[in-house]
Amino acid sequence: MTQMSKIERAATMHDIKISAKDVQVYYGENHAIKDVNVEIEDKTVTAFIGPSGCGKSTFLRCLNRMNDTIDICRIKGDILLDGEDIYDKRVDPVQLRAKVGMVFQKPNPFPKSIYDNVAYGPRIHGLARNKAELDEIVEKSLRRGAIWDEVKDRLDAPGTGLSGGQQQRLCIARAVATEPEVLLMDEPCSALDPIATAQVEELIDELRQNFSVVIVTHSMQQAARVSQKTAFFHLGNLVEFGETSQIFTNPVDPRTESYITGRIG
Amino acid sequence: MSASWLLIILLALAGLGFLLGRNRALASVGGDLRKLHSLPNYYGFNVAMLAFVPAVLVLGLWAVAQPMVIDASASGVIPQTYYQDEGALNLIMSDVRRVAEGLDLAVAQGVLSASEATVLNTQTTDLRALLGGVGVALGSEVAPEVLAAAQKMRVMTATGNWIMTAIVLAAGLGGFLVAVRMTQATLRARNLVESGILILLIGAASIAILTTLGIVLSLIFNTINFFSLFPAGDFLFGTTWSPEGRGGSEHLGILPLLWGTIYISLVALVVAVPIGLFAAVYLSEYASRTTRGFAKPLLEVLAGIPTIVYGLFALTIVGPMLVSVFGADGLGWMQGTRSVMTAGLVMGVMLIPFVSSLSDDIINAVPQTMRDGSYGLGATQSETVRQVVLPAALPGIVGAILLAASRAIGETMIVVMGAGAAARLDLNPFAAMTTVTAKIVSQLTGDSDFASPEALVAFALGMTLFILTLGLNVLALYIVRKYREQYE
Amino acid sequence: MSDPAVKSSLLTTDAHTRRRNAAEKRFRAYGLAAIAIGLVFLVLLLGSILFKGVGAFQQTFITLDVELLEAKLDKSGNRDPAQMAKVTTFGYNPLLDAAIKRATEGAGVENPFTKGKDLRKLLSAGAANQVRQFVLANPDRIGETVTFRLLASSRVDGYFKGRVTRESLARDKNLTPAHLEMVDGLREAGVVAKRFNPGFITGADASESRPEQAGIGVSMLGSFFMMLVVLALSLPIGVAASIYLEEFARQNWFTDLIEVNISNLAAVPSIVFGILGLAVFIQFAHLPQSAPLVGGLVLTLMTLPTIIISTRASLKSVPPSIREAALGVGASKMQTVFHHVLPLAMPGILTGTIIGLAQALGETAPLLLIGMVGYIASNYPGGIVEGFLSPNSAMPAQIYEWAKRADPAYYERAWGGIIILLVFLMTMNIIAVILRRRFERRW
Repeated sequence: MTQMSKIERAATMHDIKISAKDVQVYYGENHAIKDVNVEIEDKTVTAFIGPSGCGKSTFLRCLNRMNDTIDICRIKGDILLDGEDIYDKRVDPVQLRAKVGMVFQKPNPFPKSIYDNVAYGPRIHGLARNKAELDEIVEKSLRRGAIWDEVKDRLDAPGTGLSGGQQQRLCIARAVATEPEVLLMDEPCSALDPIATAQVEELIDELRQNFSVVIVTHSMQQAARVSQKTAFFHLGNLVEFGETSQIFTNPVDPRTESYITGRIG
Repeated sequence: MSASWLLIILLALAGLGFLLGRNRALASVGGDLRKLHSLPNYYGFNVAMLAFVPAVLVLGLWAVAQPMVIDASASGVIPQTYYQDEGALNLIMSDVRRVAEGLDLAVAQGVLSASEATVLNTQTTDLRALLGGVGVALGSEVAPEVLAAAQKMRVMTATGNWIMTAIVLAAGLGGFLVAVRMTQATLRARNLVESGILILLIGAASIAILTTLGIVLSLIFNTINFFSLFPAGDFLFGTTWSPEGRGGSEHLGILPLLWGTIYISLVALVVAVPIGLFAAVYLSEYASRTTRGFAKPLLEVLAGIPTIVYGLFALTIVGPMLVSVFGADGLGWMQGTRSVMTAGLVMGVMLIPFVSSLSDDIINAVPQTMRDGSYGLGATQSETVRQVVLPAALPGIVGAILLAASRAIGETMIVVMGAGAAARLDLNPFAAMTTVTAKIVSQLTGDSDFASPEALVAFALGMTLFILTLGLNVLALYIVRKYREQYE
Repeated sequence: MSDPAVKSSLLTTDAHTRRRNAAEKRFRAYGLAAIAIGLVFLVLLLGSILFKGVGAFQQTFITLDVELLEAKLDKSGNRDPAQMAKVTTFGYNPLLDAAIKRATEGAGVENPFTKGKDLRKLLSAGAANQVRQFVLANPDRIGETVTFRLLASSRVDGYFKGRVTRESLARDKNLTPAHLEMVDGLREAGVVAKRFNPGFITGADASESRPEQAGIGVSMLGSFFMMLVVLALSLPIGVAASIYLEEFARQNWFTDLIEVNISNLAAVPSIVFGILGLAVFIQFAHLPQSAPLVGGLVLTLMTLPTIIISTRASLKSVPPSIREAALGVGASKMQTVFHHVLPLAMPGILTGTIIGLAQALGETAPLLLIGMVGYIASNYPGGIVEGFLSPNSAMPAQIYEWAKRADPAYYERAWGGIIILLVFLMTMNIIAVILRRRFERRW
């Protein structure tokens, strides 16, 4: 039922936020991503699915240049954010990542207090003029991360002391605190139990109102539950990209169909 | 019979036992190996082991215990009116031992016959000259009491040696016979030999405990001796250190030495910690594989250089260099080449690789996901290091710094050569000061007389040093272990 | 997007980011500077060792034709060794005086000195003894004129090495500037020259006033005998202890106690081991003072933790599958360890042992406490047993002794000794690296 309503909502078109053209990624000799073209819309959840090792995480990490930290990784092609090439020489990856936030597979709160975890981004980017403003940002972000009610009485407690699901929502709150335009999520629920997963999925659906969300997931059910657009990757190729409902009910490419029906994967 | 001959006999017995045990086992099954429980060599080893090990243990115990028993009863011969305190008795007893040794030597060299040696009289023989003739120099004429004690010692040693020979040989032969008799096809010889080896392994592992025990006991006993000669309060809270020859020192206060130790260590840490830490951060977070490949081993060369080299470096290079800037011709703060600064700077250089490689390990243990989280938020590398990686690694780094501090406090050669000999409570880092370790060396070097408080104080200093470094080490190892568990 | 003022282009960096990037650059520079400082110190250290120490391997020699007059050396003329031995080095001095005089005349150098005592100041105080030893060994050469290469005195040597100048001699009783004029003349005639001095490597320590004679050979032997003790004890004990802890020990309080002890002993200051050696081996067990055996025992206790730690690491690196395979064919636990695990771990164990030995070789402080001080190394040990038991020193203690002496000529010898010590350490470490490279297995 809810699934149907989501698909209906998704039918309204949004602006293009990120557009990737002929992207190639090489790890040393290994050609990891081949000719990927994809357009990611604003205020939409886009899911990348595919068997493990298909390159979906690699491609995701290209979108905020996290691959820069890996020496042997080379990227060709254009990735445009609002029409600007993010691999342009003039672009500072630090500034880019403030706009394109990221949430990781394993919850990775810093060994600091809950407050400091969330305040970290705003502090380094200089988003708050004073303590009151910072307090405001932290509260707002924790509310957006749907964790405010659980932690508001212990903001000074270490973030590492929370449960797994709470840690992941804290990480999401931390990521939204810098007011990014795009939020990348790399299998954000793979380390969580089903209840925590449901909470995070619900949160992702809410985030869609303010951000463009790109989520990598190994679970097709999850992609179907949370996303409006789905991209299917296989062996470094983007095999099929389209409306989630269409990919899951009526895939064009036989490989997509094989994956969805469980014959490959 | 001397211990070395006994050892040779026991070895021969063990060799014989090996052959006998092996052959007996083979004979018991008519040469058919498959009917034996273990391989034939194990039967041989079993006999050799039972013949050798118990006998050698008896020999070892006897060799340690006999001199103690004899010492105690020989010192009973000396009348109590003859000495004032324990220290004096110790001196007399060392004379007694020398006389006894000298007489044995004289008999061995044929200067005296065995019977002559037992009836010597201090009035009729110039013992000092006689013993001097066989190479045993005595400090004074031999008193009749000393001679009597020495004679008693010789008699007891002789009987003791005979009893020892008898018991050791009996133990060896007994073990031999028992083992030979129990050798038969069904004997689980391999299991016996293996449990013997296991006991050996446990013994080897226990040496670590024995070493610690040895350190603690030797420090405690001599420290107690020291405190019986010198008031503990004056030692612990005295602010002057001025030993005078042998005996009669009024001022043996540890405070100036502790101050020197702490001041020099502090200078060393101020040099080593920032440089070591920055080097570790650069090597683990920034350096390319090739830079790391040559810079890390080169830095570690600094750690492999013996401390005597650093000492000489401080004495002949760094000291004069500092004097040319801060000495009488320059700023006038420095009197001589030896100073807190000289020793501290060089010790700091020595500690750089120590701090950097420990911190490097610790920084590498911070999970990559932590860094990714920070980069993902748009932090620069230095922000990530300063605000995420270092705080995460902080406990480990504190542990590393504590270990470095313990190193600095226990370092000897650099301070002996670079810091000076004057014990003073001063704030000027260009003044010469001295440390606990340097004074241990100067109070104990080239002297075997442990009766005076001036020598014994070194053990009290050693005790202080041991407690201080042990505390730091235990704390540091605890912190580092807790830290590692967190990320494992 | 609705607010273009907030919306910034990626292509321009804002002021805040520029500040942050500048901070980044600074931070990076600090790191690089730290490494540079460390390396500069290394270069400075090695450079000064080389610069100051190489001189010790060269010494100034004076080549003299000494006439071995029978009238002075063997009055009776029957070559009786006992008679000849009665002529002390004083008896040889006139011969040397005459030889120097002849050499100056031969070289055409002005000789302002009339007293033999003043002339002899050019030579080492040990020169007469060198001639005497030769005569006692070759009595048949008496009456001939024999060419000797004799050590110059340390002041003359210092003049050749730039340590001594005419100005510095103004307050020096041992030599005068007039001597240096003579030396200059004799140098041109080739009588005085600087050459390689094997005596530094093989010789014994000399008295404080004869730095030119001092050598490191005897204390090298002391170090050698100590290392034999350390190797013979620490390798078997260390391996046995590691095998027990790694393969047999159960997790209980006793094992914990051993582990805690080992890790603490590894960090106990070395001088505390010296105190232990003094109290237990010398005070309690009455072992001979200053003996390499005792030094070896102390260093064994000191290196054991290092060896145990590295041996355990190499035992641990042998994969469990090897043990399972051996146990699976019915080998006992003990057989598994000694037949399979230990041989596979051996290269790692040897590497760790060599590094432990290198550490022990450079250790000084504990040796000073058990009496292995430098000045003791003045005689060669008589044999193997004496090598272990008779008083001796060790290389680092000898270096320390030289560094303590007042004569700056001894500093040069201390640095030279360090070069020899470092050559040993480097060789040991290189062997360790080669062992590791050659036999390292990746499982």
